[in-house]
Amino acid sequence: MDLTNSDRELTAEVEELSGENIFSCYQCGKCSAGCPFTDEMDLLPNQVLRKVQMGDESVLDSNTPWTCASCLSCEVDCPKGNNVPAIMEAIREISLRKNLDRVDLNELKTKELPEIALVSNLRKKTG
Amino acid sequence: MREITYYPGCSLKDTAKGFEDSALKVSKELDVNLKELSRWNCCGTVYSLTDDNLMKQLGPIRNLIRARDEGSDELYTLCSMCDNTLKRANSLIRGEEDKRDKINNFMDQERDYEGSVEVHHYLELLRDILGWDEVRDRVVAPLESLNVAPYYGCMLTRPKEIGLDDPHEPTVFDELVESLGGTPVDFPYETECCGSYNTVDNEEMVLNKAQTITAGAKKSGADVIITACPLCHFNLDRRQADLLEVAPNHKPVPVIYFTQLMAVAFGYPEVNNFDEHAIDPREALELKTKAGSKR
Repeated sequence: MDLTNSDRELTAEVEELSGENIFSCYQCGKCSAGCPFTDEMDLLPNQVLRKVQMGDESVLDSNTPWTCASCLSCEVDCPKGNNVPAIMEAIREISLRKNLDRVDLNELKTKELPEIALVSNLRKKTG
Repeated sequence: MREITYYPGCSLKDTAKGFEDSALKVSKELDVNLKELSRWNCCGTVYSLTDDNLMKQLGPIRNLIRARDEGSDELYTLCSMCDNTLKRANSLIRGEEDKRDKINNFMDQERDYEGSVEVHHYLELLRDILGWDEVRDRVVAPLESLNVAPYYGCMLTRPKEIGLDDPHEPTVFDELVESLGGTPVDFPYETECCGSYNTVDNEEMVLNKAQTITAGAKKSGADVIITACPLCHFNLDRRQADLLEVAPNHKPVPVIYFTQLMAVAFGYPEVNNFDEHAIDPREALELKTKAGSKR
């Protein structure tokens, strides 16, 4: 496999933001087996981790990190003790820190939502 | 009377008013005074998982500092999201010296915080301090033939280091239901996420999950579902009402806070503000309990 410098950049950035060692994942798939939202995802959680290991920037276009609800079921199941939700958050943050908000506040004006939903959503999906 | 310092969080003052009112009432019955922290701010609702942005940790930590400054070495929560966020921020302060120093240096108007406050959930008070016999003694309207699905959700039990019970096989709600005279039902989705904050920008995903969870509870024979989380409550209660518009054959199951179930068994169903619920739980509760019989 030929990794370019920019490939390594993505891997390093995710590791820095998450504080996790991405190469500790050995692809057992337990995170994906227990994830309650894989039906909604275009990549399984373990596939996201594999792409980050390979420095594949297409992972930034995946809907998986945005579907992740930080429910932590993968974290309690991971045999390597990896904090998979923190890796998902790191991928979200890479976009959010470029001002690419996932949620448009104007579109929420007409929705009736409790504060706990709004605050948590905006903390995860806007920069 | 035992006095404990209490952090309500935003929802309990607004959309989850019935959660707070019922908790205050049952606490009084249990001879516990919930003393509200005199100045508090939003906990942030979700714990920040990025390693470098400490700004997002200041909200919860400021609440812990306020508790310490008011002379409390313990702080009690009811909302499971507040509980999780406050406990994890506290554990960050205790476990990571360099981050603690940075945060303390930044918050230079406050006295340094080293993690001295112990955060507990109200369920820990019931289970570990008062004990289930104390709860059982206050029951005047036993939940006799009521089948209750304990919905733990995510934040009460995960991550392991923070959770108040086993993340795979939690029992605290089951024990509570039994001590109120009801029957906890075995329910396959008791720790499965409801979709959480995705309810804002992906309603369909949460609608599907609300259907799976509530239909699963119904299939297990549940008359009612209990929760400790205002966001789970919104997603299972309000989204079930939305679901009924597109799937009229869905058989709804009411969702209530665990303290509301306690208030029913303690003989004070009127404190529960059930008018706020999208799926009215009164019929299910009154049919199967002696809740109608006031003290």
